[in-house]
Formats: sequence, structure tokens, C-alpha cells
Amino acid sequence: MSTRSAIAMGCSAGGLLALERVLPGLDPRLPVPVVICCHTGSPDVSLLVELLQHHCPLPVAEARERAAIDPGTVYVAPTGYHLLVESDAHFSLNVDAKVAYSRPSIDVLFETAAAAWQGGLVAVLMTGANSDGAHGLKAVRDAGGYAVIQDPSSAEVDVMPLAGLEVAGADACLPLDAIAAELNRLCMS
Amino acid sequence: MDVEDIEIQLFVRAMQLRHGHDFSEYAPASLKRRVQQLVRTHDTGTIIELVNRILHEDDFLPRVIEGLSVPVSEMFRDPAVFRALRDKVLPVLASYPEINIWQAGCAHGQEVYSLAILLEEAGLYERSRIYATDFNDAALAMATEGIYATRDAREWSRNYIEAGGAHSFSDYYSARYDFIKLDQRLRRNVTFFNHNLVTDEVFCEAHLILCRNVLIYFSNALQDRTLGLFRDSLVRGGVLCLGTRENIDFSPAAAGFADIDGALRIYQVGGSGARPLRK
Ligand SMILES: C[S@@+](CC[C@H](N)C(=O)[O-])C[C@H]1O[C@@H](n2cnc3c(N)ncnc32)[C@H](O)[C@@H]1O
Repeated sequence: MSTRSAIAMGCSAGGLLALERVLPGLDPRLPVPVVICCHTGSPDVSLLVELLQHHCPLPVAEARERAAIDPGTVYVAPTGYHLLVESDAHFSLNVDAKVAYSRPSIDVLFETAAAAWQGGLVAVLMTGANSDGAHGLKAVRDAGGYAVIQDPSSAEVDVMPLAGLEVAGADACLPLDAIAAELNRLCMS
Repeated sequence: MDVEDIEIQLFVRAMQLRHGHDFSEYAPASLKRRVQQLVRTHDTGTIIELVNRILHEDDFLPRVIEGLSVPVSEMFRDPAVFRALRDKVLPVLASYPEINIWQAGCAHGQEVYSLAILLEEAGLYERSRIYATDFNDAALAMATEGIYATRDAREWSRNYIEAGGAHSFSDYYSARYDFIKLDQRLRRNVTFFNHNLVTDEVFCEAHLILCRNVLIYFSNALQDRTLGLFRDSLVRGGVLCLGTRENIDFSPAAAGFADIDGALRIYQVGGSGARPLRK
């Protein structure tokens, strides 16, 4: 039985297309929650939720503060708020200053998820035009979690994966089309 | 238990025992990040050293409060909310001869001035009184001044228009280089003062309470206690407005509120249709 308890994903520029290619490959019986922080700039996260649902075999929902984080569900961070994971597997939100020019910030999600899930966490950093997420990914690895970075040469914008590789390094550096299979393997076997 | 989590607990205890400030019911993940930020700002290396300074330096407390408060705000943040206040809530308030408004967690005052502009444009300002409170004295001082960065004004001007503003946002401030100063006539009926939602009591009969993005920092228990405080302060039919991503489904006290516009988190006390409690 897998010891993985959650997946966290971060992406920015080009992230929507990347998610539309990764999510369809997820196993519909995935026994862990998937939490996504994607900077979209769109004020309305419900559109993003709707869009991703078309491509995802698991239910997709906006992450709501205080709500329990259920396995087998894909959660998306709302626009304009940092999304944090509490150690009792509930979400919380805040409107603290931007981190790495971003709110929601991938660093904030990864760091709090690492504190909550420790070695059970798989974090995925993909395409993007800034370095948000790199320090968060380091926190994930320091806590014993598993870091996946999209191969920069397969990324629409390579700044984010390159920063991740430089600051944190990766347990697996994969082209976009191999990421879903890796997540299934890590969490299902 | 993680060593850092032990240090956070000692920090919370020290604030409680030394200064009577209770952060034990703040949402842990955000609190932890803020304490870590304090360590960096004051370069104390460890949380324990921060605790040391809290215990031994009398004038350190305000800076700790400032660090834990993070008064980040905007004018007309979430324009749809201010539009709904204008269209759906002000007409309710207009039926009262005197209007008391409590703005709790007012940060640097951006929402206070937004509200004041709304009331002016609806012709209700003269009979309104706004009590603007926060537990951060430095933030209250800045709120009183009403000075903000010019680069923020551009976005706020867009917000103002989206919120249905009747004039031009620039009518309400004077600009000097990198700063704007809000028209101080906007605060002739505003009282700013220190009020801590954790420990202080109700102080007025309010017709409208605006408390946005403050309860998101509170545990379920403290959120519930504070909603009870608001319910006790509001007149029957009074209106409560929270932040647009706040969730009151887990609060028993929320049963006293009915939706005016649930999606925008605008509620009315004692309205028909009590909220279902979800567990
Ligand atoms: C993120 S700001 C919200 C500003 C504004 N309402 C908005 O939504 O744009 C949160 C504010 O709540 C205040 N606050 C936090 N805890 C408080 C407490 N126990 N009592 C009173 N104010 C508090 C902070 O000082 C800060 O100014």
C-alpha cells in the first residue's frame, strides 16, 4: 500500500494547458487529494474549476476555507487568496501580502502542505514565468516529500521549472506527458 | 511534536501571560507564517529569541502586533460587493433616522473611505456614524491619515467604477507625487479606535457591520464567538458583510443570519429562513 497522502501542484504561465494535459491521465480511483495552485489572473475561479472538470476523471472543486480535504478530489485555489493546508487536513485562506509576486502563491501552498503531510506529500512544479514554488518545493523535500518537476525543455515557459531545479532539485524531472503516470504510480502502488 | 510547533506554542503563551493578547484561537498555518516572518523582520534567528524579547522589552509589543496583523487591503476590493451594498443594503439603511456602521478590522482604512464615499453618493452620510476598529494601533493611525500610494489609486479607480461609482474616483483625493490623500471630509463622521475582537465587547447598536477577511484568520470556535458578538450588536434586520471567500457553514451562531446575497457574503440578522448547519 502506498504511503502517499496528497498531491500538490503549482504552475503559472502556460499552466492551464499543462493541467489540461496532465489531469486526464490521473487514475479515477486515486486515493489521495490533489491541490492545485495556478496563477490565472482571472478573477473568477469557478470558470477555472469548470474548465478543468472537462479534462479530469476526478471531481474538481474550489478549495473552501475550513472545509475538510477529501481524497479523490481535485481542489483549486481561489483567486486573490493564499491557500494553506492546516495540519488536521483542512484548508484555510488568507489575504497576506503577495509572496513571490503572487497570491495565491505556490510557495505558501507547498510549505504548509509539507508541514501538514510531511513525507506523504508529492509536489509537482510545472510551467511558469516566475520562480514562485521553488522555495516551497525545497520545503517539501526537506520534510521528506517527493518532488516532481516538469522537464524545462517540455515546458511552455521554463523559468519556474528551472528555478525549482536550481533551488530544490527534483526526485523526478519528467516531460509533461509522463507526469500523470508517475503520480498514479506513486499513489496507487 | 515538531520543535518549531513547540516554539509557536511558547510564543502564544508569552503573548498571553505577558501582555494579555490571546492568539491561541488563530488559524495555525497563517499564524505560523506570520511568526516566522517576525523572526526574519527582527532578525532574531529563532522564535525562542523572539519570545525572549517579548518577555523582556516593554516597547517591543506594538511591533509584534504589527507583524501579526498584516493590514493588507484595497479600496472597493471585490467591486461586486460594494455594488450590492449600494443597490441592496443602503436602501434598507435609508429607513433608519440614524445609521450606525461598525467596520471591524479596518486595516489602513481603505474600506472605511470606500464606505464613506458610498454613503455620500447615496445622500446618507450626514445621518451615518462609522465606528472603524482594529487591534493594530499603527494601522489605525495610518487609517486616520488616509494617505496611500499613487500606484494603488489606479486599480482602485477601476474598482470604484466597477462598483457603480457615480463620479470620478479622483474627485475624492488630492495627489502629490507618489501619494494620494483621501479627502478628510470623508471622515467627519468616522471614529477610529482600538478594539480587539478576541477580548472586547459590543459597544454599539449597529445597522451594518462590515468585517471582511478578518474571521478567515480565526479558528472555528473564535469565528463562532465573533459572529455571536456581531449578532448581539446588530439591530433586528441589521446587515452583516463578510469577505467573499469566508465560510460560516460550521458556525452555530450563523443560524441567526439569513442570506441577502449569499455568494457575496451579505447577511441579515433575524431574517426569515435560518441557515442550515453543516457538520
Ligand atoms: C487582511 S486585513 C482586512 C482588511 C479589510 N477588511 C479588507 O478586507 O480589505 C485584517 C485586519 O484584521 C485585523 N485584526 C486581526 N485580528 C484582529 C482582532 N483580534 N481584533 C481586531 N482586529 C483584528 C488586522 O489588524 C488587520 O488589519
